[in-house]
This record gives sequence, C-alpha cells and structure tokens, in this order.
Amino acid sequence: MGVEKLIASKMMLPGSNRRIHSVHRHSGMAVAGLAADGRQIVTRAKSEATNYESVYGEPIPVKELAQRVASYVHLCTLYWWLRPFGCGVILGGYDRDGPQLYMIEPSGISYRYFGAAIGKGRQAAKTEIEKLKLSEMTCRQGVIEVAKIIYGVHDEAKDKAFELEMSWVCDESNRQHQKVPDELLEEAKAAARAALEEMDAD
Amino acid sequence: MDLKMEDFNAPHSMGTTIIGVTYNGGVVLGADSRTSTGVYVANRASDKITQLTDNVYLCRSGSAADSQTVSDYVRYFLHQHTDFTYRIQLGQPATVKVAANLVRLLSYNNKNFLQTGMIVGGWDKYEGGKIYGVPLGGTIIEQPFAIGGSGSSYLYGFFDQAWKEGMTKEEAEQLVVKAVSLAIARDGASGGVVRTVTINSEGVSRKFYPGDTLPLWHEELEPQNSLLDMMNVASPEPMNM
Repeated sequence: MGVEKLIASKMMLPGSNRRIHSVHRHSGMAVAGLAADGRQIVTRAKSEATNYESVYGEPIPVKELAQRVASYVHLCTLYWWLRPFGCGVILGGYDRDGPQLYMIEPSGISYRYFGAAIGKGRQAAKTEIEKLKLSEMTCRQGVIEVAKIIYGVHDEAKDKAFELEMSWVCDESNRQHQKVPDELLEEAKAAARAALEEMDAD
Repeated sequence: MDLKMEDFNAPHSMGTTIIGVTYNGGVVLGADSRTSTGVYVANRASDKITQLTDNVYLCRSGSAADSQTVSDYVRYFLHQHTDFTYRIQLGQPATVKVAANLVRLLSYNNKNFLQTGMIVGGWDKYEGGKIYGVPLGGTIIEQPFAIGGSGSSYLYGFFDQAWKEGMTKEEAEQLVVKAVSLAIARDGASGGVVRTVTINSEGVSRKFYPGDTLPLWHEELEPQNSLLDMMNVASPEPMNM
C-alpha cells in the first residue's frame, strides 16, 4: 500500500503525518481524507481486532475485520446527529486464506479488491493498476509498481512536493504488516523517477 | 452402605474417565458412561461426549450441570460465530482452537462457580486433528493426548508407556478403549459402557462398547452362577503391553 502525502509546509519533519497504520500484527490500513476521522477508524479497527483475538483465540480474519470497520463507518450514516466519516480506507492483511485487500468508503460499502485507489488521482491510478499483471508479480515488484503509479499520478502543476509512504504484508515480511524497508523504498522511488523521466522524454 | 435421602438430592457428578487422543489424520475421544448422585448411579449409560459443531466435540467431566451448561453456551456462540462469521461469509466451520478458546473463557471467567474439567477435540482443515485440555481452573493446553476425570489418575502411567506419536485410527481407538476400561476397573466413580467418537477429514463416527465386550483385567472375575464353578474356570489373561 502506498500514500502520496502532500507536504503542507516545508517546516514539517519528514516522516510525520503518518497515513498508514498497523491495525494488528497481520494487517494495516492506509487512510485518505480527513486525518482525524481516519484516526477514529483506525482506533476502532485496532480494538475490534484485539477483541476478536481475545474471544476467539485466533487473529481476526481480514474479511471479518473489513466487515466490522464497514459496519462502524455505515453506522455514522444512519442518524441525523452523526456525520459520515470524511475518509476512505484501504485495508490490507494476511490471514489463513492468504493476502487480501479491502476498501471501505464513507458510505460504509466494503469490497474486496485486487487493486484499489482512493483520492484525487484515483481514476488515473486505477487505469494504471489495471495494466499490471497482478497474479504474476511478487510483493517486492508490487512495491516498485505502486511507487511508479503514485509518482505518475502526482500532478506537478497543481500540487506541491510530496512524500511517499509505503507499507507491505507478504511472505517476505513474515506475514506481518510493516513499513517497506528503507532500501526497497529508495529503490522504488528511484525506479519511479526513472519511469517518469522516460515518459517525459517521449 | 445405606442409601441416605441426601444422596437423591446430591448434585449429579460425573466421576468420570475422559480421554482425547490425536492420531495420524484426526482425533479419537473416549469416555465412560457413569453419572452418579452420591453413591447412586443416576445414569449408567450417559453420553459424555457432546457435539459443539460438525467437526468439534467436547468430553465433559465433573459437575454434570456445569459441563452441560458450558457446552450449551459454547455451542450457541460457535453457531453464531460459524453461521454469521464463517459460514455465511467464508463458508467454513470454525477451527478447534476457536472452540477450545470459547470453552476456556467460560471456564476461567466463572472459575468460582464452575466445577468441570473438559477436553475439546476435533478436526479442521488448517491444523488437522487437535486436542485441547481445559481442566478445572480454566487453563487451555494443546496436547497430543489428554486425560481427565476421576478415573484419569489411574491412567497417567499407562499413557506414559502406551502412547506414541503417529498412530493409525485403529491403534488410537484400541488405545482409548483399553484405557477407559482400565480406569473403569479401578475407579468406582467410572463405569458402564465405553463410548468413542472419531473425527477426521472424512467426518465423525461414534462407537459404543458395551460392558461385556470390554477386556477383564487382573483380579477381575467373570460372572459366575456358583462359587464352585470358579475352581474350574481358567483365570483371565494377565495384562500384556
């Protein structure tokens, strides 16, 4: 999972404004939208995950976690005195049935995806994702592709500088959700910049 | 010993022998069938192995009321969990581990009120055959085999010697029947018939061994019409390992 973090001010420390959070050992969430709303969703997801494990004795299946988060987001669309969440969430996790990706929208809809994107550049990003042969890629290659897509979709004219934040869950990360290791992240950024230059050169 | 009126109102207790054993491909659960109220045998053919889900069963010992209530709750929770979380969504039954965890949460959180030791056994496609012991205080321990109940005291040495890893289904069933019948021979609170439940990838099969099919052990006697006949009858086979 990757997030294009637009840098609001040059005074900000790199690495602040975390947009990807670990929900449990085996799963994490990338948030797009109002940061405070996103925090609320992540907190709820963490609590659902720990509660499930203490009752049932096994890590929460990703599908179940997605259902619970979706249910919670949907709740805020039911009552006039509650406003809907102003953010969407991409949930990625690895359980007994393998790696899975879910997206939960402010309406409370949750679907499972092989590739998903939220935010301003999501249409372009989805087009790029569809070009990828996902079943033939390793997670490592996926990291590089995601970086390329984010760099490609970034609007140089309108938006300022941005910072790329990425995380992964795969066999290589021992099925734990963690930040992409620094050297791989640098490799991905370099590849993405190179791909951009190639495109510009045309 | 005179039967006193108190005995009829004493709580039903399953002084018991319960066993759960894993083998290559599944598990075998076994139990005796005596439920006693004091010294009165309230039920001589009770079924102490109860179903929690299609693929997970529970052996009950200790207070009959407590263990039945716990098993009813766990069956209910598992059905809620399975049917709403797993079956409707993922289409699979719950794992043995989940069932065992629910049993021990009830046992642990109500430890001051309950007096029941249980053995959870079953088969699921992720872990295969598994046995979890949940004794009195509410610990949960995954074991290759587990024994429980008052009769189990007499089986610790037996299992130390006779149990081995990777048995076949037949070997495991024979071991369980032999063990329960040994415990029945020595424990006054265990008796009746031997019931076994075998669970594997193919499903569940229940077996029933009436008292007269069980082997007699050293010093046990065949029923006789006359004491004089005893002289002529050969003594039963000594126990061999």
